[in-house]
Amino acid sequence: MKAKWFLLSIFFTLSLILSGCDNSLLVFDPKGPQAKTLSDTIIFSIIMMAGILLVVYILFTFMLVKYRASKMDDSYEPPHEEGSKWLEITWTIIPIIIVIVLSVVTVRTTSEVESKPVAYANDKPLVIYASSSNWKWHFSYPEEGIETVNYVNIPEDRPVEFRLYSFGPITSFWIPQLAGQKYAMSDMVTKINLAAEIPGSYIGKNSNFNGKDFAHMEFETQVMTEKDYEKWVEEVKETAPALTESEFDELIEPSVLGRKTYSSTHLEFSPAPEGEHAGHHHGNSDEETDSSHHMDMDMDMEDHK
Amino acid sequence: MKWDEFFVTGEPMIYAAMVSIVLVSVAIVAGLTYFKKWGYLWRNWLTTVDHKKIGVMYIIAALLMLFRGGVDALLMRAQTAVPENGLLDGQHYNEIFTTHGIIMILFMAMPFIIGLMNVVIPLQIGARDVAFPRLNAVSFWLFFFGAMLLNLSFVIGGSPDAGWSAYFPLASTEFSPTVGNNYYSLSLQIAGIGTLMTGINFLVTILKMRAPGMTLMKMPMFTWSILITSVIIIFAFPVLTVALALMMLDRQFGTQFFAMQNGGMDMLWANLFWVWGHPEVYIVILPAFGIYSEIIATFARKNLYGYKSMVISMVAISMLSFLVWVHHFYTMGHGVMVNSVFSITTMAIAIPTGVKIFNWLFTLRKGKITFSTPMLYALAFIPIFTIGGVTGVMLAMASADYQYHNTMFLVAHFHYVLIPGTVFAVIAGYHYWFPKVFGFRLNEKLGKWAFWFIAISFNVTFFPLFILGLNGMTRRMYTYSESTGFGPLNMLSMVGAVGLTIGFLLLVYNIYWSTRYAKRDTTGDPWDGRSLEWSTPSPVPEYNFAKTPVVTKLDAFWFSKKENTPLTDDGDYEPIHMPNNNGQPFIMGVAFFFFGFFMVFSWWIPAIIAGLVVLGTMAYRTFEQDHGHHISVEEIERTEKALRGEQS
Repeated sequence: MKAKWFLLSIFFTLSLILSGCDNSLLVFDPKGPQAKTLSDTIIFSIIMMAGILLVVYILFTFMLVKYRASKMDDSYEPPHEEGSKWLEITWTIIPIIIVIVLSVVTVRTTSEVESKPVAYANDKPLVIYASSSNWKWHFSYPEEGIETVNYVNIPEDRPVEFRLYSFGPITSFWIPQLAGQKYAMSDMVTKINLAAEIPGSYIGKNSNFNGKDFAHMEFETQVMTEKDYEKWVEEVKETAPALTESEFDELIEPSVLGRKTYSSTHLEFSPAPEGEHAGHHHGNSDEETDSSHHMDMDMDMEDHK
Repeated sequence: MKWDEFFVTGEPMIYAAMVSIVLVSVAIVAGLTYFKKWGYLWRNWLTTVDHKKIGVMYIIAALLMLFRGGVDALLMRAQTAVPENGLLDGQHYNEIFTTHGIIMILFMAMPFIIGLMNVVIPLQIGARDVAFPRLNAVSFWLFFFGAMLLNLSFVIGGSPDAGWSAYFPLASTEFSPTVGNNYYSLSLQIAGIGTLMTGINFLVTILKMRAPGMTLMKMPMFTWSILITSVIIIFAFPVLTVALALMMLDRQFGTQFFAMQNGGMDMLWANLFWVWGHPEVYIVILPAFGIYSEIIATFARKNLYGYKSMVISMVAISMLSFLVWVHHFYTMGHGVMVNSVFSITTMAIAIPTGVKIFNWLFTLRKGKITFSTPMLYALAFIPIFTIGGVTGVMLAMASADYQYHNTMFLVAHFHYVLIPGTVFAVIAGYHYWFPKVFGFRLNEKLGKWAFWFIAISFNVTFFPLFILGLNGMTRRMYTYSESTGFGPLNMLSMVGAVGLTIGFLLLVYNIYWSTRYAKRDTTGDPWDGRSLEWSTPSPVPEYNFAKTPVVTKLDAFWFSKKENTPLTDDGDYEPIHMPNNNGQPFIMGVAFFFFGFFMVFSWWIPAIIAGLVVLGTMAYRTFEQDHGHHISVEEIERTEKALRGEQS
């Protein structure tokens, strides 16, 4: 059948693309340990799935070639078959084994990418708050006391902990070459742990639709050497203006903006929804939320708007 | 409210749509009047409670919606075919992908399937109609007017624009201030009530109205799939009903269920939506599995391999379908534990699905395969759907999903599941059962041309999206810059979309051609079928079976042909009790439409009046005495003679 050869050929083309002759696909071009883990996981799953596809396609081709009516005697009458216990058990057990293997891989890799990269287990992470508003990203460096809009600079070979939240619709923070994505929401803080190992400029974006100018909600992630990074922080502290509350209120109004740099953060007057400022418990949040603080938080949220 | 706020203005395409809507409406009214067809339309269609006619109306509506949703899709592909395209602006693009999703799932796939089950199920189980014929008409008109209400948003008030999943807080009045999402909550609510009643109706029909001797394990596989689907509908749709009601309250009555402040919870919407939304996927896929099982067995001339494991696997899928909803938002920041549990339940679905694939393959073994149009769709389904299935397993892995979520990879995956799964199935079923309803087959040559266009173009359209997704292209982007490198593959996808359009146009042209020229089928059994529906003459008389068939085994009709044993006893005809036609369901649907429309604009007084009319039709029904009518023996004899010729 033509369709089958067509499918097979695109399938093999894809396998070729994925097997390394073309490294340009972002997901398969990792620049840090977390993205590397995910890239390996994906390639492993593709190989497993290709095996399954192959079995189905071979059987399918065989059945269609061998049992077509045009090849049969007119008098041939297909037999009545109820099924076969052993065959049916076989094609239940084998998928179960495949699913078990993939489950083990999933659980291991999920816990790996959710925690600090293994190689940097003893390093103190750089904490950056990444908050979204329509249609831009705000990056606050609480320790350095600086804030940027629509670009983020990070040092190489040091774990970075992004703490995500949103001043509006749900967004999803994603730097494909450094780590998988995670949602940023208005009433809780989520975290991404990553490390970057090769200096360079990587695209970051919001992947979750949040209205009119969603398509323009991109930012640049610049991975710098430790020295360059420190130099940049010093420069910002000396040259950039401080971020005032009224200016920040303007910033989070819906708009598409270019880059901005400030020598103070909005966290000082508008804290992130974590700890006593959090809205809700969601599963694994490791901060304790005291319910008596709900009222405070609600009033804070009102202030944001 | 000013007129320019009421009507959507400023877009040439929308003006064109308004003009064409007005012209088509005028043409229909004029045509009906000129040919004096108003009475015919009212008596034979608008008031009918006949499951076959209701099924046909469902399918016509679904085909219309397929074209509406298809035009949306074509516009989306055209807009993204080249970087920085200016064909549509962001807002318009957002409305289009939102309505594309809503329409294709709720107003195309669902009604197409419900239409086929309406036509086929009573025939397949040897019944004369569904358990609650008038309720069935109510279901149809609620779906129909719900769909019309949503389509109206295109020209009046503006369409919903927060995606078909309408995540909060984006869908709240703060971020979506137009009435678009009011249309969403109300039109889906109205159609959803209709669907829920369909679920109840078919559950009762299949459990209570099977022909004597047809035990559960002797039911055709399509009937099994609809039984299970009905159960899923009954459990899943109430969740949607509640979620939409809360949405309406949030948007129009100032409550804060999903708000960002005052203890509202945006994630609650996502959870409720997908608690319904994932089973919904199986509501549209299980009937497809049923259709394929019928078609593959028929055209391999062999009984379905592993009948028991087919049934067990469908039951397993239906249960698992309620345990996987979190996989739609692994990225919401649940712990490793939660994500792992849902990864495993999601991957587990692959096991029963795999069992089904292998059973179909082994049904073909030792068969005698003929490549009719319906069989081509059923065969193409296996290799294409398997790609959708294995990419589904890849997406199920929570860690890897952090890289696929919200990307074109996901878009490619669910199109690879829903198009070869549901769309191919309903087209195959439509070709397969068409002669049963209309008494002639669709042209095979045109049908096969359409098939090849659709099957090949489908892959050209959607395969590139896998690669785009892995290259970081997110879904729902109305534009992208040239430096991203997304251009060429999007252009290829556009080429495929054009091919798909040609395929679907051929499909429709085939209706016209075959109606005019196709040879009439006098046997009632043009495909040499296996189940009871093929034992009736085509077109099927109002009462379906002159005498109720008696079933002794699976594939009863097949064995009655092979062994030359009659399906019915020798006794004489008896008068047949049938339900009366009734205009109330239609009137109720119209009232619901106006109720929904007034509610969308928060026009309370007219809404209350329309709501009272709805309640009035229900109250009237409560006190009404309608015992149906009997078809006399002479009339049955006359009809049977006319339909079966000398045989009877």
